[in-house]
Amino acid sequence: MISQVFILSSKGDHLIYKDFRGGAGNDIVSIFYEKVTALTGDQPPVVMNHKDIYFVHIRQGGLYWVATTTAGSSPFTITEFLNRLAALVKDYCGSLSEKSVQMNFALIYELLDEIVDYGYIQTTSSDVLKNFIQTEAVTSRPFSLFDLSNVGLFGAETQQSKVAPSSAATRPIQSSREQGGKSEIFVDVIERMTVVIGSNGLLMKADVEGEIRVKCYMPSCSEMRIGLNEEFSIGKSQLRGYGAAVRVDECSFHQAVRLDEFDSHRILRLCPSQGEQTVMQYQLSDDLPSALPFRLFPTIERDNGGRLLMYMKLRCDLPPKSLSQELSSPDQSAELKPQSRAVVWKIARFAGGTQLSALFKLEVPSLSSASMLEVGPVGLSFELPKITATGLQIRFLRLSPIQPGPSQRWVRYVTHSDSYTIRI
Amino acid sequence: MPYLGGEETVRELRRALSNPNVQSDPLRYRNTILKVIRTMSQGVDVSGLFSEMVKACATVDVVQKKLVYVFLCSYATLNPELSLLVINTLRKDCQDPNPMVRSLALRNMTNLRLPSLVEYVEQPLTAGLRDRAACVRRVAVLGWAKLHNLHPSSEIDAAVVNELYSLLRDPDPVVMVNCLRALEEILKEEGGIAINKPITHHLLNRLKECDIWGQSEVLRVLQRYRPQSEDELFDILSLLDSFLVSPHPPVMAATLSLFLSISSNLPVISLAALERVSGPLLAACGSGSREMRFAAVCHIQLLLRSVPGLLGPHYKRFFCGYAEPAYIKERKMQVLVELVNDENVAMILDELKGYCTDVNTDTAQAAISAIGRIGRSYSDRCLQILTGLLGLKQDHITSAVVQTMRDLVWVCPQCSDTVCLALDGCEETLQDIQGRQALLWLLGVYGERISTAPYTLEVLIDRVRSEASLGIKMELLTATMRLFLCRPAETQDMLGRLLHYCIEEETDMCVRDQALLYYRLLHCGIEKTREVLQGRRSDPSLGVLIGRPAKPVSQWARCFNTLEPLSQGAVEAESDSRGSPEHVTYNSKPNADLSDTLSCSHIEEVHSGSDSAMRCSDSSTNVLASSIAAPLSLSLSPAVSPEDFEHLWLQRQALHTERGNEMEGYIEN
Repeated sequence: MISQVFILSSKGDHLIYKDFRGGAGNDIVSIFYEKVTALTGDQPPVVMNHKDIYFVHIRQGGLYWVATTTAGSSPFTITEFLNRLAALVKDYCGSLSEKSVQMNFALIYELLDEIVDYGYIQTTSSDVLKNFIQTEAVTSRPFSLFDLSNVGLFGAETQQSKVAPSSAATRPIQSSREQGGKSEIFVDVIERMTVVIGSNGLLMKADVEGEIRVKCYMPSCSEMRIGLNEEFSIGKSQLRGYGAAVRVDECSFHQAVRLDEFDSHRILRLCPSQGEQTVMQYQLSDDLPSALPFRLFPTIERDNGGRLLMYMKLRCDLPPKSLSQELSSPDQSAELKPQSRAVVWKIARFAGGTQLSALFKLEVPSLSSASMLEVGPVGLSFELPKITATGLQIRFLRLSPIQPGPSQRWVRYVTHSDSYTIRI
Repeated sequence: MPYLGGEETVRELRRALSNPNVQSDPLRYRNTILKVIRTMSQGVDVSGLFSEMVKACATVDVVQKKLVYVFLCSYATLNPELSLLVINTLRKDCQDPNPMVRSLALRNMTNLRLPSLVEYVEQPLTAGLRDRAACVRRVAVLGWAKLHNLHPSSEIDAAVVNELYSLLRDPDPVVMVNCLRALEEILKEEGGIAINKPITHHLLNRLKECDIWGQSEVLRVLQRYRPQSEDELFDILSLLDSFLVSPHPPVMAATLSLFLSISSNLPVISLAALERVSGPLLAACGSGSREMRFAAVCHIQLLLRSVPGLLGPHYKRFFCGYAEPAYIKERKMQVLVELVNDENVAMILDELKGYCTDVNTDTAQAAISAIGRIGRSYSDRCLQILTGLLGLKQDHITSAVVQTMRDLVWVCPQCSDTVCLALDGCEETLQDIQGRQALLWLLGVYGERISTAPYTLEVLIDRVRSEASLGIKMELLTATMRLFLCRPAETQDMLGRLLHYCIEEETDMCVRDQALLYYRLLHCGIEKTREVLQGRRSDPSLGVLIGRPAKPVSQWARCFNTLEPLSQGAVEAESDSRGSPEHVTYNSKPNADLSDTLSCSHIEEVHSGSDSAMRCSDSSTNVLASSIAAPLSLSLSPAVSPEDFEHLWLQRQALHTERGNEMEGYIEN
């Protein structure tokens, strides 16, 4: 049961406040914000309480999404609800930011009104909601097809803010109705890699969490068939086909997916609803089919002048693209962040099969041989377009019946670094 | 948030709202209302516009209606009379052919939260229960719960309750779940909805139709059900099996809760369920949402209490990502400590070692104390890492290492040799109070083996005048006393100086009192002093440590899937700041800064304060000895009034100065 829901900007401005059960003072928002800001640590805990009122909050799009509830509530339900709410707001407003929430407050109130009644979650399905939501989304910038040229990815949460979200899929789902055009569907295979490489260069851990997301802008729902690699196999024992197997450890599907052709032909059938949904999630541990995308060869030394020398050689082991233009001098930059005691080396583009080196010289007061131990680890954050670490591919994407009018289907692959750590 | 120019804005909005030109142009009208809501969201009090907004309610434009309702529901309680005007419009809307308008009107009618309007609302709500459209029935069902909570004392019509029970068979799953919710609230006094066999089986059979929110709600309510036979129990369990491995964490968690509650007297079933659920829980640990990860990791900690070895092979899933927030890292490290076994200990320690130099000091210290906990079973490897960390000469790392070593030595006395060797030179790096306190404790207890101990203490004693921390002073007193017992020749002089300072110049009562206590203790002879001060060097309750015993599931089943596991700090009773470890084992109070032995002797002294000083110190000695032997419970308020206390205190003070001078001579000798 949820008593209140509110959305705050990172500076504590009240963007949305909805009281479902009544009886709570209006100062509850300020109490929450005081609690958040009173903490010294960078990230406040997910659950905080003030007397009997429990605050559960998530951070998305730089905003605090907060629900107040009682101690007996399920943390899974409340967190999932807040995540879902944020996803819906993103679907309806196009993007998640302080600005978009501010501009679309009426729409968000309307959404909240339909999603939750008296503190009980009614529905979060966009199929149901689309019948009820009447307010138009306001976007700051009109959607333009030119933006499609640099198709990045919509929902992919990257740690790097520098990876700009493509605007192709950051438009409100409802605008298609009025613009009368574009019925599009995006199918994204998104993988997140978690890798730890030991100081001896050995791979200590490699995990891949992947998902297939569908974002649908089609007004009318038709059946979609997604074909995966024929040799896709789940679990350790079962291997299929003769080619290199594409294997995952565990795999789960959205409840709307029908799997009657999955066992024989690896085909997922579903009727996508408007907006974004995760069709399939899978996970693979330790046994990656391909080589790791990046290897780092670090050398750390102390020179006579008491300076720390860090020589980094970074190699990208992805297959080289035949027509890669940006080989020799990608624009790079390096910066020392004293606050986090880190050197940030930014590489805009990195072609497969190439290698980059850097030498960092650091003036460290009272550098001792012991403080060499403190250097490291190296964390890599990256986004690899058109590549999946598991090798999962989408063979085909068919819509039936054939859509009248023009429709476009997009299939995109991307691998993110969730945490790619190299110990020194 | 007060907003300058708020009144001006309100006046302008009122002018716009009552402008006939605006009213006749739907788009302008709607935009003006939008402005009102926006101003309201910013925290300006716009309640003055209530009557204008009531007028705006009568419109065919659904968007405008919704906006006005947002306004009305926020301010209705301030304007009960004017709200009566809205009721007519709302009641009319309840007859509207469009089901969306009907449900909207019904919902907002009940959201006004005005007890005076109840009589007008009951009739549309009754009609709403029989509406053709499911969306209206959903709202009507919950409407009854809202109505009931406006008048919690009044009896709700039995006919309505019966109707709600019958609506459990509604074809729409959301209506069914809402009925459950409404009945739970209405019948709260009777313990909620009656969960009998037919209802249970009906709900279970329809579980698949619900969405995940409905499923978790139904599963939660069903926890009250007790199957009548074992066959029925197994039927239910097998029916629920697919939900147990649901990819949606809310459903998975609710199912496990239900499993644990209905099979509470079949431990085998519970354990099997835990095993089954570990897959989805692990998947949730890798979820994209870090808040979800956190919830999952916290619940895994609960599971591990009963099945310590459950996730051993998956320990790598609990390695921290470098971009993860500190609160997740901390929990993951706690899990890693639980998962250590002979095969993975090297890998886990290697990983934890990497976190010890984290930029975030909390994470670094948590990693160090995690290594210390592993050290209880694998002391050699861990001590090697800890000793290595001392070489970094970072104050927060050194402090955490010294504290960890102190805790380790307390449970594993065999580590003391290595620790004694490692401590040399730490005092220069240590800055914070906890770290120095830990060092002092170690110096006191293992002083005979640390060659530099007297010199370290001497530096501190020379600086005691500028020492601000109470804890340090008291620990210093104890450490010096202990060292005096084993190395009298080197320590005698500095002990005299320290006691002199503490008794003569120190203003803090606790320190003075402790110094006086030690002073008199010395008077009683060296044997007596040794008896009191050289207590245990290790925790007597711990034998050889081979894993932790599995606790029964029932111990934590109740708080599974609640906020409790997320909000409590460390699972273990490992307090963050404290003095010496021997106090901790007897002490459940969070502030261990005031050492217990002291405060209890203190109270005791007050009671017997008028007696002679000699007897008094005797009695406190006995108390001290007994405090080591048996757990104490402290009374927080001594039964002495402030005036009496002052009187006693002054009396005793006079005595002390007298005796103090005598004793000074004794030590000097």
